[in-house]
Amino acid sequence: MELEDMVVAAYNKGDPHPPFVHAAQIWNHDFFWQSMKPGGGGEPSGRLMELIERDFGSYERMIKELKHAALTQFGSGWAWLAYKANRLEVGNAVNPCPSEKDNKLVVAKTPNAVNPLLWDYSPLLAIDVWEHAYYLDYENRRADYVSTFLDKLVSWEVVSSRLENAINRATERAKVDEKRRQDDDVEATSRKPVEMYLDSDNDDSETE
Amino acid sequence: MRFQLLRSPSPSSSCCGYQIPFQPSNGVLLLRSSPMKIPKSHTKKKLSQSRRASEVLAYYGLTTPPYKLDALEPYMSKRTLELHWGEHHRHYVDSLNKQLTNSPLYGYTMEELIKVTYNNGNPIPEFNNAAQVWNHDFFWESMQPDGGNLPCGGLLQQIEKDFGSFSNFRDEFVHSAMTLFGSGWVWLILKTNERRLSVVRTSNAICPLVWGDIPIICLDMWEHAYYLDYKDDKRTYAINFIDHLVSWHAVTSRMMRAEAFVNLGEPKIPVA
Repeated sequence: MELEDMVVAAYNKGDPHPPFVHAAQIWNHDFFWQSMKPGGGGEPSGRLMELIERDFGSYERMIKELKHAALTQFGSGWAWLAYKANRLEVGNAVNPCPSEKDNKLVVAKTPNAVNPLLWDYSPLLAIDVWEHAYYLDYENRRADYVSTFLDKLVSWEVVSSRLENAINRATERAKVDEKRRQDDDVEATSRKPVEMYLDSDNDDSETE
Repeated sequence: MRFQLLRSPSPSSSCCGYQIPFQPSNGVLLLRSSPMKIPKSHTKKKLSQSRRASEVLAYYGLTTPPYKLDALEPYMSKRTLELHWGEHHRHYVDSLNKQLTNSPLYGYTMEELIKVTYNNGNPIPEFNNAAQVWNHDFFWESMQPDGGNLPCGGLLQQIEKDFGSFSNFRDEFVHSAMTLFGSGWVWLILKTNERRLSVVRTSNAICPLVWGDIPIICLDMWEHAYYLDYKDDKRTYAINFIDHLVSWHAVTSRMMRAEAFVNLGEPKIPVA
């Protein structure tokens, strides 16, 4: 089983099994290490920057929101930038006018080991705000840690590539949804008329 | 909990002001009197003048630990205490005071404030700060320089009665500390309904007061409490706490107070 699937399965929709914390923290930390690189920082570009500006107004506002989420997470947790595909995991709920504009970038914060995979988002960037992540280097100055992370460590290339994957995944799933809707329609219209046995003197059944 | 000596309140000069009954809370400096019912004849100007004359505000204060910041070396370093008390604890106090200005929650004792803001499981934002202030006060007072060793007399008997032996209690306490996930606290509490001592863990800022139990010892398992000294070695931190830091004198006095609320049977007169 893939680690991601294990995380979601162990979460058990809010009543986690014991392996959940370990699986989730492994996944979270892998994700975190890959979000950084030496000589990182700078600003994102390309599709990622477009979407940031579309969904937050400006890059600065997104950074401000992300920092706010990281600083206000009480206790241990994570701050995330994620791509939200706005789907419902209900069989017959289909978006009648699906469009790319329904999918948005969002900033989220989660406690302890929770991550946005559990909400069916596609995480793009993680910031570890468990105290162990910064206490030796920054003591209690979480704000300095987050600023340094965003200025000097974050790898926007990785985030961009995750975004591409997320968009592709969302389009694939939208296609699957669309096909399922069409199949439903076809099935509904082509259904054979039910044979009805009417209560009449005439014993013949009505068929077409 | 240390109470500071208070000035008696000045009588309100507005004709129908009356005072919120005073209750001691940690570090209260002054008493506020606030007019609650205003007759229509008072103009706004008169009201604000009379308010200014009598209104004094109280704030929760940061109580200092009952020992110097380097007194717990080598089990808890001075730097940890400087940061933990001076920055984290102080930040909680300041945030709480900020949240309580112009708030209907003004005027409670700390313990009442915690229960009210816990809101039966749906805590409002003030809860985190209030509970953390209380928890940290309790934590500093649970420790002393040259602490640890064994409790004496009646307290030891009570622990042996409820856990089997002191080392069982110690093992259970350390095990709870190691298995707590995320930030939180480990407590020795006196359960009011079961009338026995018990070890519990809580997350983030939760405090057993909200369940009506009586806390006796607490250990801060937020990473900021031990990371500088022990890095990720929670086991040594918890063991050092029990063996070298916990103040059994404070525990004894808390137990005595608790027995005023919970009947634990015949008093255990310590044999000399």
